[in-house]
Amino acid sequence: MYAFQYRKAKSVDDAVSALAADADAKVLGGGQSLVAALKLRLAQPSALVDLGTIGDLRYIKVGAAEVTIGAMTTHATVAASPELKKAIPALADLAGDIGDRQVRNMGTCGGSIANNDPAADYPAACQGLVATIITNKRRIAADDFFKGLYETALEAGEIITAVSFPIPKRAAYMKFKNPASRFALVGVFVAETSAGPRVAVTGAGPGVFRVKDMEQALARKFAPESVAAIKVPADDLNSDMHAQADYRAHLITVMAKRAVEKALK
Amino acid sequence: MAVKVSMTVNGKAVSHEVEERTLLVNYIRETLKLTGTHVGCDTAQCGACTVHMNGKAIKSCNIVAMQAEGANITTIEGVAKADGTLHPMQQAFKEHHGLQCGFCTPGMVMSAIDLVKNFPNPTEAQIREQLEGNLCRCTGYHNIVKAIKAASADKNVTVVGG
Ligand SMILES: Cc1cc2nc3c(=O)[nH]c(=O)nc-3n(C[C@H](O)[C@H](O)[C@H](O)COP(=O)(O)OP(=O)(O)OC[C@H]3O[C@@H](n4cnc5c(N)ncnc54)[C@H](O)[C@@H]3O)c2cc1C
Ligand code: FES
Ligand code: FES
Repeated sequence: MYAFQYRKAKSVDDAVSALAADADAKVLGGGQSLVAALKLRLAQPSALVDLGTIGDLRYIKVGAAEVTIGAMTTHATVAASPELKKAIPALADLAGDIGDRQVRNMGTCGGSIANNDPAADYPAACQGLVATIITNKRRIAADDFFKGLYETALEAGEIITAVSFPIPKRAAYMKFKNPASRFALVGVFVAETSAGPRVAVTGAGPGVFRVKDMEQALARKFAPESVAAIKVPADDLNSDMHAQADYRAHLITVMAKRAVEKALK
Repeated sequence: MAVKVSMTVNGKAVSHEVEERTLLVNYIRETLKLTGTHVGCDTAQCGACTVHMNGKAIKSCNIVAMQAEGANITTIEGVAKADGTLHPMQQAFKEHHGLQCGFCTPGMVMSAIDLVKNFPNPTEAQIREQLEGNLCRCTGYHNIVKAIKAASADKNVTVVGG
């Protein structure tokens, strides 16, 4: 790790001003992705501004039409929330299947979304549920937020404070795990929302994306057979030591079908 | 550059000047000389460095010590009773032969205590699934799973130290 300064933020405002004063400072969430990147010297921030002790950023609020999750809420808290399990069980399931128990005890919702790892789970839930990402200065629709490989719509010094997920009629997430890292080789989030059916895919391409052909087919009939014959072209998908692009393309259809089946249960 | 870090480790208040980039595991091993917490991978995969922070299992190689500022940390040295009586989870690992070389064991025991806290009376499948964050190169896991299952029946299994 390169050397850096460390600062505990007292509040979101305090963090925002610390970031504004130093262009090379970086926000620290749970550290589960950032500390690893620092060890590899993939990042060289001048300072880390730790959001860890801002209690206001750790909450789950279940309303009549939507669930709002504070940015610093850990995956473990999201997975265990009885209210969330009732409102959006697919989201609690997704959080409970991220990494392992130790990672879930530190890693946060906001950190995962800000990081936008191409194989992360939360981005699929955000696009699948038509979520809104709330920052210290604006609200960003999930469709406009994720910009491909580790890129997001966040501006320099902008902090995610919460994410708001409209409660769907039904939803499910199916993840084919990389057995070593437990990240998604392919993960498909399917939902029937008030904006219509949604199919969001993570792990397969350079970033999360929607499969509009499947969404249209599900709009005609929300059933597994609707997506069973729809193939996503392999051209833009990832090929690596774990899976070739055509295999990932195949998995998208299989996982989408299973997710629809699960959503209907 | 240096900052002051203070926390409670195994019931004792500790405070030291450290470099900001000091990992929690290095603070525990090198500054506090509590070398029961191991480093297997240094990449958050193996779980050998698992400790409890405010009662929850975390990988101490994957956070900086400053993230534990003010926290209550328990390491493997802090789970047995002061008189040396093993913690029920340690006892179960011993009885069920849940270790061979012992390298993964401190992390396994710390993770297992947290596992049983979250899944009282876990099934074998739950134990295997929830042990995803801990790797063992020796045992093949069977006896670790048996040990955790057995320890989960002990009513004091979630109590550490004392
Ligand atoms: C062994 C292991 C397995 C994992 N498996 C999975 C998996 O299966 N699926 C999965 O989705 N993830 C997985 N992860 C990643 C994990 O979910 C991380 O918790 C997450 O990616 C980052 O969250 P964090 O809170 O730790 O953020 P950090 O690591 O602290 O930060 C990550 C990035 O986000 C920025 N950031 C953090 N919080 C905010 C905020 N509120 N506003 C703006 N920017 C912010 C930071 O500056 C940094 O650039 C795994 C990690 C490990 C170590
Ligand atoms: S040393 Fe921390 S997980 Fe392996
Ligand atoms: S006993 Fe040797 S690694 Fe587990």
